[in-house]
Amino acid sequence: MNPLYLEVFVIVLGIIMLMAEAFAGPGHKREIGRAGIFGLLAILVATFWINPAALNAAAPYAGFYRADTLAIFLKQFALLSTVIVLVMSLEYAPTVEASMPSERRGAGLGEFYILPVFACAGLMWMASAVDFVMIFVSLELVTISFYILVSYLRRDRGSLEAGTKYLVLGALSTGFLVYGITWIYGVTGQTNLSAIAAALPGLDEAAVPALLFGFGLVLVALGFKVAAAPFQFWVPDVYQGAPTPVTAFLSVASKAAGFIVLLRVVETFVVVPQLQAKIVPLLAVLAGATMIFGNLAAIPQSNLKRLLAYSSIGHAGYLLLGVASIGAPFAGTAILFYLGAYLLMTMLAFLVMTVVAQATGGDDLSDFAGLNQRAPHLAFAMMLAMLALAGLPLTVGFLGKLFIFEAAIEQEHYFLVALGVITVAAGFYYYLKVIRAMYWQQPANPDAPEIPVGGPAKLTIAVLCALIIWLGVYPGPLLALLP
Amino acid sequence: MSPLLSLILIPLVTAAFCMAGSAPRRISIFGAAANLILSLYLLASYNIEIGGFQFVSENALFPAYGISFSLGADGLSLVLLLLSTLVTFAAVWVTPKEVKFGGMFYACLLLISAGAIGAFASIDLFFFYAFHELALIPTFLLIGIWGSGERQRIAWKVTLYLAFGSFILLLGLIGLWLAVPEGLRTLDIRLLQQLGYAGLLTPGPVVYLLILFGFGILIALFPFHTWAPEAYASAPAPAAMLHAGVLKKFGLYGLLRLAVPIFPEEIQQFAHLLLVLLLGNILYVGYVTIAQKRLDLMLGYSSVMHMGYAFLGLVALNQLGLVGMALMLFAHGLTIAALFALCGEINRRTGTLEFARLGGLAGVTPKLGLLFGFAAMASIGLPGFATFASEILIFFGAFARGTVGGFNWFQIATALALWGVVISAIYMLRAYRRIFWGTRGSAVNDALADISPGTRWAVILLLAALILTGFRPGLLLDYLNPVFAYLPQ
Repeated sequence: MNPLYLEVFVIVLGIIMLMAEAFAGPGHKREIGRAGIFGLLAILVATFWINPAALNAAAPYAGFYRADTLAIFLKQFALLSTVIVLVMSLEYAPTVEASMPSERRGAGLGEFYILPVFACAGLMWMASAVDFVMIFVSLELVTISFYILVSYLRRDRGSLEAGTKYLVLGALSTGFLVYGITWIYGVTGQTNLSAIAAALPGLDEAAVPALLFGFGLVLVALGFKVAAAPFQFWVPDVYQGAPTPVTAFLSVASKAAGFIVLLRVVETFVVVPQLQAKIVPLLAVLAGATMIFGNLAAIPQSNLKRLLAYSSIGHAGYLLLGVASIGAPFAGTAILFYLGAYLLMTMLAFLVMTVVAQATGGDDLSDFAGLNQRAPHLAFAMMLAMLALAGLPLTVGFLGKLFIFEAAIEQEHYFLVALGVITVAAGFYYYLKVIRAMYWQQPANPDAPEIPVGGPAKLTIAVLCALIIWLGVYPGPLLALLP
Repeated sequence: MSPLLSLILIPLVTAAFCMAGSAPRRISIFGAAANLILSLYLLASYNIEIGGFQFVSENALFPAYGISFSLGADGLSLVLLLLSTLVTFAAVWVTPKEVKFGGMFYACLLLISAGAIGAFASIDLFFFYAFHELALIPTFLLIGIWGSGERQRIAWKVTLYLAFGSFILLLGLIGLWLAVPEGLRTLDIRLLQQLGYAGLLTPGPVVYLLILFGFGILIALFPFHTWAPEAYASAPAPAAMLHAGVLKKFGLYGLLRLAVPIFPEEIQQFAHLLLVLLLGNILYVGYVTIAQKRLDLMLGYSSVMHMGYAFLGLVALNQLGLVGMALMLFAHGLTIAALFALCGEINRRTGTLEFARLGGLAGVTPKLGLLFGFAAMASIGLPGFATFASEILIFFGAFARGTVGGFNWFQIATALALWGVVISAIYMLRAYRRIFWGTRGSAVNDALADISPGTRWAVILLLAALILTGFRPGLLLDYLNPVFAYLPQ
């Protein structure tokens, strides 16, 4: 099958959902979400029958669009995370409904399931983008969907604040990106990444500072997207304020897309050793700062969503360490493996959090107190997610860190690896805080009823738990998907 | 199915049953007993003549990295597997019937046991490390939920300390892996050892120090020992038994497995540093032990102190010292487990462990007193207990090191370490006197019941094993000697 069809399918699915939404009665909005889940799952299955050779290399789009294994992996990644986000959204529906005027029951709920589908299409195009113009356009498709989603709870002040912050800073980072692209274009005369890579070796010595300036600006923009310190300051507020499924989507899919673009851009520039010598230290500094900030700032948090926001910054640090080790032959695989692991564990944490927060009415750590007594299975799933995020062996999170550190040691980033180890130990502290709340502390209300979990959510939680352990012991299947 | 795999799976499955529901005590005792019998069977069916790793099963998981789920056991692993199953059985048996959230308590104990057994039975570096980490979380839960005193603070401290140590160790292991010449990259401990013997694997001093201190933190090497006494004092007795008795041995086992074959030169190069640190363990911590006013803390410190002897065996780096060290892992594990079991029993009877409030307990609970006496003697290292045999071997080994050229550092250190025996006699006998003899303390009265049958038989089992191997150390030495036979006497 021609890879181009994948995005077309997703867009068509989105449009069909939109049409159906217009005619669906107030009680049937959730059917649209379910239809989205099945549709995306079908497309996810279809990705395994992709034939990249079906792309016409001579076609005009060939300079924009590439369907290598890296791209296909990220497409699968985007589809899977969107499916899980939709499952989460189904659980989250009561909160969305509550934020709408009561006389218009069910209004706005349908779009809450549809916008992620369009964002997903954007992410999939981004995965294949090998031209700065294409990168920019698909990035905007994603970001604009997110502008709407983040501020979706329009009667919730936190959500509106988050939306405003995300809009302003997103626009700012877009500005950086475009400006950086113009500098690079000015120096090389190209927007296509492979054409840039081809033009770089013959570059005039005097043009190098301008080129690096352009690269630096692009790096700033991508730093915003992946939440790298010092461009991370929007993350905690936005993550905390946004509806939980959107937060999960932001922290997984949006970050992953940012990293894929970063990987492609960096790979383009490091072909010249002289540039590599300048770029790698820059990335190393970013990685170190991000690891330190994310992990240390997470320690005092008492709100789980905020804690996960900081932890997602910390994980961006480890991923950046992988990017900074780009010279190691294994670095690319290590980064992608980490992303895959990150998807599983973060989504599991957010999914359990969505379910529990619906029942307890909040996502502070105190709302999780004594969860073990009220819902032992949910508590166990959350514990597993936390342990995997902390990097305990026999979970997939450990292998992710192991591969990254190995690549980094091979590239002799000894200081960063030592820093990584210290921050991982700090990570143990705050992830165990969640476990402590669930297992050590007494529930606020011991007689609270059981927490209801929807069928799809139950199934997804079970599958994610199984995958985290299975891939932690036997990483073969995930590695087989990677280039 | 490989018998070693069953050894790991039995506690895991039992733990799953415990969490799922009914009769956790009965099913745990059953599972632990089955495991004990299985490990005895493995010892009996191990062919000493052939030696090396037996019962090997390999399942390649990720060939590009050489990660493979491989199990196998040589004499050293078998002795430690026996220790693990013995102590697990005793710990499960000792657990009081009225423990709250019983299912989870037993499950945590069994998970620690499974982690330790997995680590001892793995011949793949990845799983060797991973299984040990698996035991970290149940420890955290056991101290945090069922601990005493400042349990939450202590649980944090222990978990972070151990996690940090593990990550340092992990760096060392990655360094070790990267030092293997390209093309031979493997995580198979057997191959790594052979490369080490052949001199093809020279990772250098940095990797050695990472591994030494990574393991050192897990073993409570001075000055990284402060987590241990508090943890053991706060943990419920069965958890302390398993952790001090079995899990802490993982670090020493790791040093025997990896450091001895691969880093012989680095061990010698840094021998003086290690001598100073281990004297810190023996003398400094020894005096700290004497100063303790509570039995649980005293036992915790004494267990830290005894680790110094094990390190002395390591730096000796000859057959006597290392065999002594290996035997000591076994002997010390049983002794400290018996002591913690009795300590928990005293606490349940009298409600206190402060020496000032105890005294004359033997008059009320004679059986408890007798058993504690035996365990205390074993801890001091009286002849007739396996502890004696192991310490003698270590001292001989360390003293014999470099006799040529007159008096040297090893001999000075050994002489100083011998003083540790006196120290341990002082604190153990003093504790015994303060608790069981003399005038009655405020917490002691005639209404106290004697030792419960569960604890009694569990402790008798542990002591019997100690005495048996004390009088016939050859039973275990036959397994241990061939492992280090390549080294000088």
